[in-house]
Amino acid sequence: MRVLVCVKRVPAPGARINITSDGRAIDTAYLAFTTSPHEECAVEEAVQLVERHGGESTVLTLGPAEADEQLRYAASLGVTRAVLLPTDGSDWDPQRTAKALTEAILSIEATDGAFDLILFGNESADSGGFQVGVRVARALGRPIVNGIKGIEVGDGTVSARREAEAGMEVYELPMPAVLGVKEGINLPRYPTLKGRLASKKVDVGQIAPHGEPGGQALVTLAQPAEQVSSTIILGTGPEAAAAVVDVLEELGVLK
Amino acid sequence: MIAEHDRGSLAAATLEALTAARGLGTVHAVTLGAAADGLAGDLATYGASAVHQVHHDLLTDYGPEAWGDAVAQLVWSLEPDVVLACGTDRGNEVMAHLAAITDLPFVANCVEVVPSDGPWAITRVRWGGSLLEQCTLSAGRKLISFAHHAVEATEHPAESAVSTFVPGLAGSAARTTVRARVERAAGVTLATAPVVVGGGRGVGSPDGFAPLEELAGLLGGVVGCSRAVTNNGWRSHTDQVGQTGTRIAPDLYFACGISGAIQHWVGAMASKKILAINTDREANMVTKADYAVIGDLHQVIPAISAEIRRRRS
Ligand SMILES: Cc1cc2nc3c(=O)[nH]c(=O)nc-3n(C[C@H](O)[C@H](O)[C@H](O)COP(=O)(O)OP(=O)(O)OC[C@H]3O[C@@H](n4cnc5c(N)ncnc54)[C@H](O)[C@@H]3O)c2cc1C
Ligand SMILES: Nc1ncnc2c1ncn2[C@@H]1O[C@H](COP(=O)(O)O)[C@@H](O)[C@H]1O
Repeated sequence: MRVLVCVKRVPAPGARINITSDGRAIDTAYLAFTTSPHEECAVEEAVQLVERHGGESTVLTLGPAEADEQLRYAASLGVTRAVLLPTDGSDWDPQRTAKALTEAILSIEATDGAFDLILFGNESADSGGFQVGVRVARALGRPIVNGIKGIEVGDGTVSARREAEAGMEVYELPMPAVLGVKEGINLPRYPTLKGRLASKKVDVGQIAPHGEPGGQALVTLAQPAEQVSSTIILGTGPEAAAAVVDVLEELGVLK
Repeated sequence: MIAEHDRGSLAAATLEALTAARGLGTVHAVTLGAAADGLAGDLATYGASAVHQVHHDLLTDYGPEAWGDAVAQLVWSLEPDVVLACGTDRGNEVMAHLAAITDLPFVANCVEVVPSDGPWAITRVRWGGSLLEQCTLSAGRKLISFAHHAVEATEHPAESAVSTFVPGLAGSAARTTVRARVERAAGVTLATAPVVVGGGRGVGSPDGFAPLEELAGLLGGVVGCSRAVTNNGWRSHTDQVGQTGTRIAPDLYFACGISGAIQHWVGAMASKKILAINTDREANMVTKADYAVIGDLHQVIPAISAEIRRRRS
């Protein structure tokens, strides 16, 4: 089977997110980059599906030239092909992103054949628009369900599980299909040395992205109001236990 | 305003979104599927001046494509200025379908919406709530979801006209309808537990969680964890607290051996009180917590459990 995964390069902030002086972006001077954990799991799922059913997996991203790093990381885990839609790194709104991805997917499929399954993250880590996958699936005329935590491929269909408040929901989609994946569907592997070396040799294809800006435009980023708390240090080591249990009594959690 | 429900039981976030929607003008509510007809009363109590009950065989259970198609048809018939939903899994999913069908922009998880004759000024959350984005929305019809917990639901009883709408749905819309379910066993969940005892990388191993389980058991709570723990395969992802895990809101959160990365914090910050146990006095979790114990969690947690037992006996 042919599986495609779409990932987005994002910074990996630690204790706090700092904003650039013009207020329009995250200050990434001291930050590493990654993809959403949902997307990491989508990549792992693609690799496992191909291990189980044979075929080929492809990873696709729209982003700056540096997103090559995220594509090669996916390749180091076993994804066979990689495609970059290069931008100048500015913020692309969801409508624009979806249009560019759809066009690129159609052009890959025109030469190499249709993807049986396209995997997205449930939402991107940074902008979290909750929509790019749905827009692409609709434009391709394929079924999509989000929030997927279990995938089983059958004969021409894919069974997908989603966690909801009331329990697990089971969907059954005809393929070709599209799924939005959530972290927890699997435990992503770490790259092996061999995988890492192989990923250096992968030929990253490029497709120039097209898409008119949509109706949502970023103006500035801002910090949410911080809860100011002065921490009460109850003590050091096991001797603090009595003070802790006093607090439990005070809070009424010790019934 | 799309009222979210599961086979007729109303999602709490709906009433928040309805409350927020009232601030923008006259609100009509939409319920999908006949199972939700009984919600008209609640929707009127929270200010819906009309309720449109959408009926179709393909709307008997949830299906994102059928829901999206049905809402799109109602929207074309009513021609509202704004379509709103709650920023939940289903709310955002249905809005994304509506946006794709109509090729309109959709702004998810808003906390503030300022209408105007030109582009609307909107504040929304990014990074699961760790960062705010101010953006503009330019569109003939505005599609918006409200972030869960952005507003508090308040009643505002209205006279509400109830009508039925029957969309024409293609059979293909059924391809994403729920086919089967595995109902959740009753009991305390991470999202609803009154006490959560969370462990991070500092716990060190799967077995290291035994004292955390014991403490949680003594307090009628459950164990949670950080992503470092799930990534190491020490615990299942269903225990993960954070941006890509569960949002918790207990009376007390014990954060043990967790550094307090922003993606973890955003899932824990709705806790009423936080007590951090960490060897590092400067850890973000310690400086942001209400209470802290500085020390090795492997010694501190068993001592707390012992003290609880002593006082109870
Ligand atoms: C897009 C994105 C989404 C993410 N989503 C999530 C999420 O949902 N949930 C989540 O948790 N993380 C998430 N992360 C990961 C997050 O950034 C951190 O990597 C993670 O939370 C760190 O886990 P930790 O605090 O257990 O580990 P560490 O950061 O390694 O901290 C370990 C802590 O334990 C303390 N310690 C060590 N030994 C002891 C001891 N014996 N006793 C007491 N204290 C001790 C140390 O002082 C330290 O503070 C996400 C990251 C990204 C990029
Ligand atoms: N720039 C991008 N390049 C590739 N895939 C993307 C990009 N932006 C979003 N996606 C995919 O669409 C999903 C949903 O994104 P969003 O609608 O922004 O929440 C993400 O998890 C990715 O799988």
